[in-house]
Amino acid sequence: MRTFSTLGLGKGTGAVALLVLGFLILFLVVPVGMVFHTAFVNADGSFTLGHFQSFFHQPLMQEAFFNSLYVAGWSTLLASLIAVPLAYFTVRFEFRGALIIQTLGVLPLIMPPFVGAVAMQLIFGRSGSINLLLGDWFDINLPLMEGLNSVIFVEALHYFPFILMNLVVALRNIDGSMEEAAFNLGSRGFRLFRRIIFPLALPGFVAGASLVFIKVFDDLGTPLVLGATNMLAPQAYLRITQVGLEDPLGYVIGVIIIAFSIAALWLSTRVLSGKDYSTLQKGGGAIHKRRLRPAESVLAYGWIILVLLLVLSPHIGVLLLSFASVWSYAPLPDGYTLAHYASVFQDSSGMIANTLLYCGLAAGLDVVLGTAIAYLLLRTRLPARQWLDWMASAALAIPGIVLAIGLLRTFRGVEIPFTGTLLTSSWVLIMIAYSVRRLPYALRSCVASLQQINVSLEEAAQSMGANRWRTIRRVVVPLMAGGMLAGFVTSFITAAVELSATIMLVTRESQAPMSYGIYLYMQSASGRGPGAALGVLAVVAVAIGTYASHVLVQRSTARQRPARTNNNEALETL
Amino acid sequence: MPKIRPLARALTLALTLTGIGAAAQAGTVTVITSFPKDLTQAYKVVFEKSHPGITLEFLNKNTVAGIAYVRETPAGQRPDVFWASAPDAFELLAQAKLLAKAADLANAKVPDKIGSFPINDTAGLYFGQALAGYGIMYNTRYLKAHKLAAPVEWKDLLAPAWFGHVGITSPSRSGTMHLTAETILQGEGWNEGWRTLLRMSGNSSAVTERSFGVPDGVNNGQFGAGPVIDFFGLSSKFSKFPVEFVYPSETSIVPANIALIDGAKNTEEAKQFIRYSLDLPGQELLLDPKISRLPVLPYSELKGKIPDGYPDPAEIAKRSKVHFDVDLSQSRYYVVQSLYDQTITFRLKELQQATKAIYDAERKLGDKAKSGKAAELLAQARKLAWDPLVDEKQAADPTFQKLFSGDKRDASVSQKITQLEGEWNGKARANYEEAVKLAGQAAAL
Repeated sequence: MRTFSTLGLGKGTGAVALLVLGFLILFLVVPVGMVFHTAFVNADGSFTLGHFQSFFHQPLMQEAFFNSLYVAGWSTLLASLIAVPLAYFTVRFEFRGALIIQTLGVLPLIMPPFVGAVAMQLIFGRSGSINLLLGDWFDINLPLMEGLNSVIFVEALHYFPFILMNLVVALRNIDGSMEEAAFNLGSRGFRLFRRIIFPLALPGFVAGASLVFIKVFDDLGTPLVLGATNMLAPQAYLRITQVGLEDPLGYVIGVIIIAFSIAALWLSTRVLSGKDYSTLQKGGGAIHKRRLRPAESVLAYGWIILVLLLVLSPHIGVLLLSFASVWSYAPLPDGYTLAHYASVFQDSSGMIANTLLYCGLAAGLDVVLGTAIAYLLLRTRLPARQWLDWMASAALAIPGIVLAIGLLRTFRGVEIPFTGTLLTSSWVLIMIAYSVRRLPYALRSCVASLQQINVSLEEAAQSMGANRWRTIRRVVVPLMAGGMLAGFVTSFITAAVELSATIMLVTRESQAPMSYGIYLYMQSASGRGPGAALGVLAVVAVAIGTYASHVLVQRSTARQRPARTNNNEALETL
Repeated sequence: MPKIRPLARALTLALTLTGIGAAAQAGTVTVITSFPKDLTQAYKVVFEKSHPGITLEFLNKNTVAGIAYVRETPAGQRPDVFWASAPDAFELLAQAKLLAKAADLANAKVPDKIGSFPINDTAGLYFGQALAGYGIMYNTRYLKAHKLAAPVEWKDLLAPAWFGHVGITSPSRSGTMHLTAETILQGEGWNEGWRTLLRMSGNSSAVTERSFGVPDGVNNGQFGAGPVIDFFGLSSKFSKFPVEFVYPSETSIVPANIALIDGAKNTEEAKQFIRYSLDLPGQELLLDPKISRLPVLPYSELKGKIPDGYPDPAEIAKRSKVHFDVDLSQSRYYVVQSLYDQTITFRLKELQQATKAIYDAERKLGDKAKSGKAAELLAQARKLAWDPLVDEKQAADPTFQKLFSGDKRDASVSQKITQLEGEWNGKARANYEEAVKLAGQAAAL
């Protein structure tokens, strides 16, 4: 048997790999495996492919499959059209409030999908504000919220931040001298973007775009709320919830969704493989910010404001709803009140703290795991290291309800040491479920940012006598900081709105996070106001967190800048 | 790694707190419920005040998730009380031996039956705690804007004027919609009942994803009207939404239940809560306008407490034309759900198109639609669009019903079901497309 050292790896690397693998097996593979089991066994416990045959013999399922593909494809395209210019303008040009724009651009992710869809109905629905006004003025009604196209519309608005966040980091990491060189050689405008900037930022874009594709492919809330049930995820959910947990067909669909998502990820790595995207000279300074001419300014601002208005419309809707006494078949609410906020503070203040605790811990865990996997993947020759990536990424495609059931089954009766409490009835399991489900987000960001760091920077450090750990700590992690933070933020804010697993795993109202509270309030005919108020508080809390972390990254990059003027100096500080 | 230390400290602290949380749990009654927070919060406040030392902890889950949760939790760790609307959920829990017998908790003043429906489980496993009727909720502003007459009976929602104005949900996702559908099927008979359901759905602009989607859509004016459980309509009206609620003559009143879970943690305290919810103070709480549910205690016991104009369940049950047959409903439970989903939920777009094509042809032809070739074509189109794919005889056939209640983990069973569902789905689509064609031909005459 070969040891790690004969593979050129330190013992530490092997231990890290084993730890990561252990986490993934315990909290992902085994629980999901227990659920998968259902897809492949008969009532008597024997192996069968019969359930898959049932699936493929249903025309409805084939239709669902193609609809899911159609929606995911177009959503990714539309999301790119929103995100790419937004990222490019704010990084490339001197732009007032670029930071605010980037922060606001992340807000859609904070909105739980079902709340977003409710708000979108209020604004764009057939009796929504826009259509009521259009009906009054021009006697027309735009079917914005009907059919598959409405799902594409909502999904693109909801998930484009995945592309935006990854692309912004990638663009910031591009060496400005590349652009300068191209500029000096006469490349301008769109050509410069198309031939130089975009290709260099491609890892970030592909990381974001593949996330959008997969998320839309397995998203449940939006199509359900919009009534588009002829898609795969809603079919799986409906099978499991209505026919019963034992119905294998729901799990068969789950297996198919997972297989397809992994294929999409594999494809995205294929797109990038064999090319080198790293820039050696981190010291050269970031892309040069160009000043916009007045006419360009007007155009760019006008366009960005339009996009932001569209993107923020669900938030505007929820904000109005949170202050509304009654809002029914009218462009605006009948009256306004603060009562909803009062009842939220009275009954549910603990939920805010719970959200911050669970999601903070989960996102922290995700960044640690994501960095470890990215490093093992790109900087070691550990056998089968690709599997770690695939395994972690597969979590993306696992419906929350499936993971939750798996976790409950796997840890049934297991106690947390020294407490006498069951793991399944403590919030620790909620936190773990969050971290498993959101690990892929952190992972993609970490991998993308590590891909952009040329390995020779580490080699230089090591040739100066730094050992592997020191190199990681003093060179790799600081250079990856932006990507790690993007990963943390994405994990954190998407975990904050996670609902499907939460519903299964919350065992006491006192341990419930905000997403659960919003859902709870939204269930009552007279109580949508408090739900909206809690939604607004969630958005504000997470927005502050996101903004603060952006500021932190900017400061830390600013601090690194003097060192960049002289690379030797940077190495001397090691 | 210095950064890890604070994290580890936080984790230790958190784990300790979890432990403390567990220790403080004695005296806590955990109730799994699908009821809205308005209702649970009211019970929590009043019950805790009158029972010092007992804390009520509510856990809101939709009924299906609630059942799954109880099932997946080991005995001794389970929550204490299950409280929900759908009677079939309690049957399922009883079959899985997850409910404890507690016949002594029943309130003797509660009558045995409401209409033909027994209020308490005969085996003493669960008790009717409140009553619920089903009817039509509508938005008065919406009706005025679209010049629609206020509906009184289910049939009123079938008129061409209502095309695109109805909101509906699927029986497979909503226990209350399942009861509504069964009420219509039992009241009008299988064929006529399905015609009503298909035409009402053909007039729908959406099949919402859960039962709450319908009242919500009516409240905010997304739809004009839809079938809902009474307390959604009544409590929305109380909250000043411009909505009304009516009980059609084809309605049924059924109990929402409460039960003690077997293998619960705090059985004794849980019993106190169940008893409280069935006694006078617990029943009076239901009359709170924000809750607006019908008590199981007869109104003679609640004298002076009933608000003016409050619906009287005994009265509604008496004038109702339907004698709800639970066994009949149970026997074809999955058939109704599956048939509805395959021919309506998943084929709504095509059903809407067929319905619209028929209306368009009728409007265009006017009196010409009443006789001759046009009438013939339209009759065919209506039959294709609005007749159920399964006839009454087949639906009542025990072998056919057995197929649907068979063990779906058995691949041969699941293949048979999916094949049949696939056939229904394909047939429905073909029928609706054919109906569009026929209606078009009629219109061209």
